[in-house]
Amino acid sequence: MGLDQLKRTGTESVVSSISPNWVTTRLDFLINWGRSNSLWPMPFGTACCAIEFMATAASRYDLARFGMERMSFSPRQADVLLCAGRVPFKLASVIRRIYDQMPQPKWVISMGACASTGGIFDNYAMVQGIDTVIPVDVYVPGCPPRPEGLLYGILMLQKKVRGETLADSSLRDEDELNSQGLRLPPSLVDELSEPFGNSIHQTRSG
Amino acid sequence: MNPTVQALRNKFQGAIGRAAVSCGDTIVYVKAANLSEVMVFLKEGPDQEYNYLVDITAVEYRDPERPLEMVYELFSLARRAQLRVKVELDKSEELVVDSLVPLWNGANWLEREVYDMFGVRFAGHPDLRRILMWETYAEGHPLRKDFPLRGRFSRAEQVRQALNANPEAHYSMEEISIAEAYHEIPAEMRERLARGERGKIAEPENS
Repeated sequence: MGLDQLKRTGTESVVSSISPNWVTTRLDFLINWGRSNSLWPMPFGTACCAIEFMATAASRYDLARFGMERMSFSPRQADVLLCAGRVPFKLASVIRRIYDQMPQPKWVISMGACASTGGIFDNYAMVQGIDTVIPVDVYVPGCPPRPEGLLYGILMLQKKVRGETLADSSLRDEDELNSQGLRLPPSLVDELSEPFGNSIHQTRSG
Repeated sequence: MNPTVQALRNKFQGAIGRAAVSCGDTIVYVKAANLSEVMVFLKEGPDQEYNYLVDITAVEYRDPERPLEMVYELFSLARRAQLRVKVELDKSEELVVDSLVPLWNGANWLEREVYDMFGVRFAGHPDLRRILMWETYAEGHPLRKDFPLRGRFSRAEQVRQALNANPEAHYSMEEISIAEAYHEIPAEMRERLARGERGKIAEPENS
């Protein structure tokens, strides 16, 4: 039995068959406590949200209080991909590759209106929400969000991490592109990218 | 009005169109066929010395009757004089204008940008490729008036093409083969560049 197979069948089935019990829930608590309090962010800052993110990391708001002491500028040593700012289509493959390079467990925070929905940039060049490219755990609204908003989003992510369990191995499944080269069905991508709010009035030249 | 306009009229007569002053800047229209010689004169001619090409851009007006305008912003560092040269291109014909790269090396990327955004071709440009959009971009030229704001393809297709682009394939042979460095790049990359492959996008398997 190969290691891979053991991982797939052996350990998982044992853990999930005895879960939840006192040992596994205590173990979950310990692991999640450790993970949630040492989230290392990989900042992917492309626009003004990144300025606000820097303010969050600086002394006044001091992101280090929440265990994000170290910015990880290598995706291979990062836990959280923090996308701050608009993502053009030209960067879609880049952010996708960065996400793929991050080891499990990993989470994604989409900071600001542009990263979450495309924001005011409902045009030919902009990804309409990074959830069409990578899975997102927490969306932080705002244009840009204040540091308090980002901190709230980070605390929400910590709460989410504390709710995870070892018994659910699907949490650690890699997000893979389907045969059409997308992570979502094309109709869903179109639906997610539909204009909303003020941008529905932008109908000039088709 | 900038005295250069009169000097141009004396030398090139019919090739020089109307001229105007706007916000203190002199604008002069030149026929496309004569652009190169006019620019040589402006750069090297006596008492001209417009040695700094500030910008190249283009304008397309909403009125479909009006021609597309190429805009060349010149400045003489020595004389502190400014001149804006415009060339009108009839949209019913092919959009071609002479490249200014032989005259100003800095025109290289400026002309690539105009080509990328407006689809104007520059005769004699050494490396006319897209510069802002990726090279396999197939939707057209985004700043043209007939280009839809959200692009021609569906969002799903746009995301698919973007995700399947190779992020490392944005450089041409010219850009990275700084001659002597050519033999130091990985063999695989050298081969890929020699084939001219820069991020081909695979078709979806089941369409």
